[in-house]
Amino acid sequence: MPVIELRDVRRTYRMGEDTVVALDGVNLAVEKGEFVAVMGPSGSGKSTLLNLLGCLDRPENGQYLLDGKDVATLDDDALSAIRSERLGFIFQSFNLIQSLDVVRNIALPLFYMGASDETCEARARELAGRVGLEQRLGHRPMELSGGQQQRVAIARALSNNPVIILADEPTGNLDSRTGEEIMDLLGVLHREGRTIIMVTHEDDIAAKAGRIISMRDGRVQSDSGAGA
Amino acid sequence: MNRVLRISRLGAEGLKLHPLRSLLTALGIIIGVGTVIYMLAVIEGRAAEIQERIKARGSNNIILRAKKPADDSKAGTSRTREVVYGLTYEDTVRIRETFPAVEVIVPVRDVFGSVYSGESRTDTVTMATVPWYLDVARGQLLAGRWFTDVEMESCTPMAILGHEAARTLFLWRDPLGESVRIGAKVYRVIGVLEPTVTSDEREALKRDRAIYIPLSTVRERFGERNVKFVSGSMDIERVELHEVLLRLQRSEDVVPVAAAVEAMLERFHANKDYEVDVPLALLEEAQRESTKSKQLFGSIAAISLLVGGIGIMNIMLASVTERTREIGIRRALGARRRDITTQFLVETLILSVVGGLIGIAGGVGASALHEQLVADSRTLVTLGSVVLAFGISALVGVLAGLYPAVRASRMDPIEALRHE
Ligand SMILES: Nc1ncnc2c1ncn2[C@@H]1O[C@H](COP(=O)(O)OP(=O)(O)O)[C@@H](O)[C@H]1O
Ligand SMILES: [Mg+2]
Repeated sequence: MPVIELRDVRRTYRMGEDTVVALDGVNLAVEKGEFVAVMGPSGSGKSTLLNLLGCLDRPENGQYLLDGKDVATLDDDALSAIRSERLGFIFQSFNLIQSLDVVRNIALPLFYMGASDETCEARARELAGRVGLEQRLGHRPMELSGGQQQRVAIARALSNNPVIILADEPTGNLDSRTGEEIMDLLGVLHREGRTIIMVTHEDDIAAKAGRIISMRDGRVQSDSGAGA
Repeated sequence: MNRVLRISRLGAEGLKLHPLRSLLTALGIIIGVGTVIYMLAVIEGRAAEIQERIKARGSNNIILRAKKPADDSKAGTSRTREVVYGLTYEDTVRIRETFPAVEVIVPVRDVFGSVYSGESRTDTVTMATVPWYLDVARGQLLAGRWFTDVEMESCTPMAILGHEAARTLFLWRDPLGESVRIGAKVYRVIGVLEPTVTSDEREALKRDRAIYIPLSTVRERFGERNVKFVSGSMDIERVELHEVLLRLQRSEDVVPVAAAVEAMLERFHANKDYEVDVPLALLEEAQRESTKSKQLFGSIAAISLLVGGIGIMNIMLASVTERTREIGIRRALGARRRDITTQFLVETLILSVVGGLIGIAGGVGASALHEQLVADSRTLVTLGSVVLAFGISALVGVLAGLYPAVRASRMDPIEALRHE
């Protein structure tokens, strides 16, 4: 059974008089442990797709089955629980909380899972070490470089030991060298057996994934590993 | 519950991030609550003072006093004048016969003139009265005793000294068993009174300086005349009784009986040479007055707390907008709507409750300062006013915080994440 299964998913936005179709009948199945790159021109619906997969949004039509369970049947609290227990997010603009230090940022998903302060602290330190930030534990995001901030975000995405990691252009704001370091980190996570779905513009970044999905106008145009 | 507590901690942290802003935000509540506490303390202090004064004079008592009527004879026409006025024994008999509600009647006559003890002398009022005076006037014996019915009947010359009078006449000696001379007659001292406890200083002074003797001895020795020398001329006053205290069994009867007594006196006295003093009526008036000022100041305080609440709400709305992105991040990472609501509501609650506590401290401080700076003033911070002020600030916190907090929790996480 795939971890993720989309069946004919539609999502539209109203812009005054007009209706923008962001997703126009997307079918997709992702197996556990896959590393999927989502590509496509700007406005093709990549972010909308990722938000949907991340349970931040719900499909208007069609079905989203996460671990075989239809997301449409879940209420807002249940979706929050899924986000905190099973998903990890990595954003293009890092999205760290400026007033919290590295440790507290990393521990956020654990905090909302209900882990104790000691657990949060210990796990955050361990993960900071894993992404090479053991010297920066008490720093605020402002005091870190872009690459370091994205490492904090990756550590944060790992803190709740998620099944699926969703990354929306994780290297988009980084220079190519730092981008590569981040990709290496994601590669390690993939080899550990995690499912990763990553949006990117860059071909060489996408090449590191095992499967590439191209989108255009809210549809899946090509899928290198469809049915795999 | 644990979760609520942990989220609440976030609210506290949010405030610590901007201590000055937090303080300024809470200022409205601080001032509002401080004003409530201070104003109520002043009002309550005054009310308590008045109440105590009245209680000291007996709230079940009616006090009739002789009052020299307005002078209609031409001054200076005679070096010697005789004025007859005041209450009479006849009045007391009539009151006893007419008003069964009057339980005890205490006649008092002031005797003027110097009192001597050896070389010591004091110009004081000697109050000639009856054995049951002390009970009705609420005095306390420090030492010795009051005179008895038998001693009254037999006109035994005995005196009880007010606290001050004892000091003046005997310094540190024990006055008991000694004697004092009033006019030509010698009285044996059988008792000394405690200082009078009342914030009415004039009344206290009068009582503490007085000397008390049996009324019967005065009727015999002095006749009904008091001779006073006023700036060279001689005034002869004929006053039977200067004061008559009436004690009633039930306080409900006090006001109507006082009115009836006054009507009766009016019928039998040609001049208005008396006055009727009803401590209870004053008490009731004082209570009405303090209720009125409480209502007035209450509405002022309510307005300032409303303004304080609006100030907090305004800042919290701005803070929610400013922290939109943070809200989006928290939601994406698993915060439930109600976690966000809790975080912001707790922030407002802490602001207003801590503001309320500071305000209470400030109000108590201001009340203490008021007592120091304003002469003859008393303030009273009641538990009720503290509880009221604290409750109101918590209520303002909930009311002002609810809308911004709910607004924060209703944000769409995706929109919030895109917020710059
Ligand atoms: N919140 C929104 N309101 C209106 N239109 C939106 C919104 N989000 C996305 N869209 C539209 O949906 C389409 C897909 O957007 P998006 O998924 O962000 O594309 P991509 O990430 O591939 O650039 C675009 O046309 C965009 O303008
Ligand atoms: Mg996008």
